[in-house]
Amino acid sequence: MTRKQRRLTLIGSAGAVLTLALGLILFALNDQIVFFQSPSDIASQQIPDGQRIRLGGLVEDGSVERSDDAHVKFRVTDTAHSVAVTYQGILPDLFREGQGVVTEGVLTPDGIFVADSVLAKHDENYMPKEVAEALKGQGHWQGGEGAAN
Amino acid sequence: MLVELGHYALVLAFALTLVVSVVPLWGALNGDGRLMAVATPVSVTVFFLVLVSFAVLTGAYVASDFSVVNVYENSHSAKPLLFKITGVWGNHEGSMLLWVLILVFFGALVGVFGGNLPDDLRATTLAVQGWISAGFLLFMLATSNPFNRYENPPIEGNDLNPILQDIGLAIHPPLLYVGYVGFSITFSFAVAALILGRTDAAWARWVRPWTLLAWSFLTLGIAMGSYWAYYELGWGGWWFWDPVENASFMPWLAGTALLHSAIVMEKREALKVWTVLLAIFTFSLSLLGAFLVRSGVLTSVHAFATDPSRGVFILGLLCLFIGGSLSLFAWRAPMLKQGGLFAPISREGGLVLNNLFLTAATAAVLVGTLYPLVLDAITGEMISVGEPFFNLTFGPLMVPLLMAVPFGPILAWKRGDLLAASQRLYAAFGLALLMTLFTFWLWGMERVLAPLGVGLAVWVMAGAISEIVTRVKFFEIGPKRGFARLYGLPGSAWGTATAHFGIGVTVLGIVTSSAFQEEQVRTMRPGDTVNVSGYELTFDGAVPRRGPNFVEEVGHFTVREGGAFVAEMEPSKRVYTARQMPTTEAAIHTIGFSQVYVSLGERRNDGAVDVRAYCKPLITLIWIGCVIMALGAAFSMADRRLRVGAPKPAAKRKQSASVPAE
Repeated sequence: MTRKQRRLTLIGSAGAVLTLALGLILFALNDQIVFFQSPSDIASQQIPDGQRIRLGGLVEDGSVERSDDAHVKFRVTDTAHSVAVTYQGILPDLFREGQGVVTEGVLTPDGIFVADSVLAKHDENYMPKEVAEALKGQGHWQGGEGAAN
Repeated sequence: MLVELGHYALVLAFALTLVVSVVPLWGALNGDGRLMAVATPVSVTVFFLVLVSFAVLTGAYVASDFSVVNVYENSHSAKPLLFKITGVWGNHEGSMLLWVLILVFFGALVGVFGGNLPDDLRATTLAVQGWISAGFLLFMLATSNPFNRYENPPIEGNDLNPILQDIGLAIHPPLLYVGYVGFSITFSFAVAALILGRTDAAWARWVRPWTLLAWSFLTLGIAMGSYWAYYELGWGGWWFWDPVENASFMPWLAGTALLHSAIVMEKREALKVWTVLLAIFTFSLSLLGAFLVRSGVLTSVHAFATDPSRGVFILGLLCLFIGGSLSLFAWRAPMLKQGGLFAPISREGGLVLNNLFLTAATAAVLVGTLYPLVLDAITGEMISVGEPFFNLTFGPLMVPLLMAVPFGPILAWKRGDLLAASQRLYAAFGLALLMTLFTFWLWGMERVLAPLGVGLAVWVMAGAISEIVTRVKFFEIGPKRGFARLYGLPGSAWGTATAHFGIGVTVLGIVTSSAFQEEQVRTMRPGDTVNVSGYELTFDGAVPRRGPNFVEEVGHFTVREGGAFVAEMEPSKRVYTARQMPTTEAAIHTIGFSQVYVSLGERRNDGAVDVRAYCKPLITLIWIGCVIMALGAAFSMADRRLRVGAPKPAAKRKQSASVPAE
């Protein structure tokens, strides 16, 4: 093999690996990212069936209902609209009515959000950023408590 | 008074880092030995000053001196002593101090043990390390001073976030920081090489042990953090592709590439420019991690509550160091002479392939981490990039790399023979195939990828063993001489095989625990039994209990297998009194390499409680593999030829002894 051929092999294989990586990244960015929606977003636009979304807002007061096998139903609200959510599993320690929450899952055709993960704030100084933004959008954000970091 | 002394020591350390940033470099560029000689004593002094300052802060925590803002905000007098001490780095200011302490410690180490380095290289490296130290000391003094005081001290502190009140905080951040910050030395060496315009044999011999040291600590730090998250957060997961986890994972990937390319550079004088660039990248990714955690752009378990001025300051430092070093690279790199031609199929070729895949994987993780931030900043659209993205990008890049791992160490330098190498791997391939078929037979066709994953892991592990066995021709020469030759193998050969074996072990743990895990979520009343993977878990009831600074509700479970008693498990829900913050304490029972994991949810009014129970087959292998990898790095560092300060051959020693006489 000549020097030139060796160099070409090196550049060729580097190019191949980079192309593979780039292709994978572009494909995954197109397909695997999850958009954040507030209850008002869901009310105002059509979300394709089966598309994963993140839904965030406040847990509506008095909406939490528990049943057997760790099933729980609650409503997520941004005070203008609210969405019913069902979830099976252990809720985070800081999940409480009236507190900020982010859930991820799929919206069913009858308007119920089936969540497979529920995230609440990590401590009392923390409000999920997305929730804070969504509430600001609704004009219901009382800042000043340093809550949104 | 003592607290002011700590603050003063920090200011003094900053002033001295300015001295060490300039004077030795000036000496190195002008060949003035006296100016270069300033570097070592000043670097050592800076280390002792920062150590004093760290000791003072620790003292304030132990004494619960709530007149110090930082102590008030993160400590409580009722906290156990261990958590008072670890609480020092459980917050932004204190952890920054630990970070800087390790940074200047590495500088002092190079100064003290760098006696056999060329004078100008040592002086320049210490000067570059001085720039970094000066930048971060200024950052601390300007925006994150841990020694701020209250005029009217409060009586009681705010307590530490309960999630952090764990032995994990004593281990995870220090290990991780030694890893992160350890790469600063390789960075400083790389920048020094660019400034001096040469990378000689001494450079390569020095860079590899430092990289290995940082890398092994980073490996342990990441593994420890992952295990901590696994048992403390109660979600049963051990890796979340959280941006902050990625921030520690990216330097690890780049560092792994670096320690492989450093081998080529040391042995064959090739890939010089690339190695220097990787050294810059690796530490840049460490700095990016510091920025992500401390700037407030993320909301995460790890992110510290911050004010924006800190973010801007770190971003400034980040741009300065990354931009500066890359510009220097563009300007000076062409001066570094390239050497050592090699054929594509050769040990060098294998290491280049390793570097290609690892850097591509780093890039994929980088895109996944930064894309949501960039999109939010530009369009205001909020997205999350989670596990599916990384499974789809990172996974496929790792598979070919792992398949190639056993070939690498078997190929010859310069020009290898793929067929001969394959022949030495027949046994490993056979074993991998056998394990694949066995897993298929055990679990059927329901999970097609998992048996292939098991096969891949076994291939990597068996490949590492074959490498050692065929290298000493163990079976040809008989066990007696075989063992003697095994003993005589150089540390670096053992290091390679051990680390490769370790990655195989980790992969095996990942595959089995994620593919064959069984999960049950139930609402249980006392007397109820739930069955996971053949284990029967009976809930016997819950009792309240009181800890030093929390109250808890402990659930009592009895685990049986086929009616026979296996273990008792006690998961609990705690409420920390100072912050009124609830946490979940999972109970974990280890059986062989597998684990049964139980965590509690909310308790109902009627005494029922939500329970999540898992059986995770072979999950401990994930972390055991990481420990094996770090052990491999340690073997490699113990290699005589690499040992820092190893006695030189007699001829060379004579030569260097004659230098002062000239």
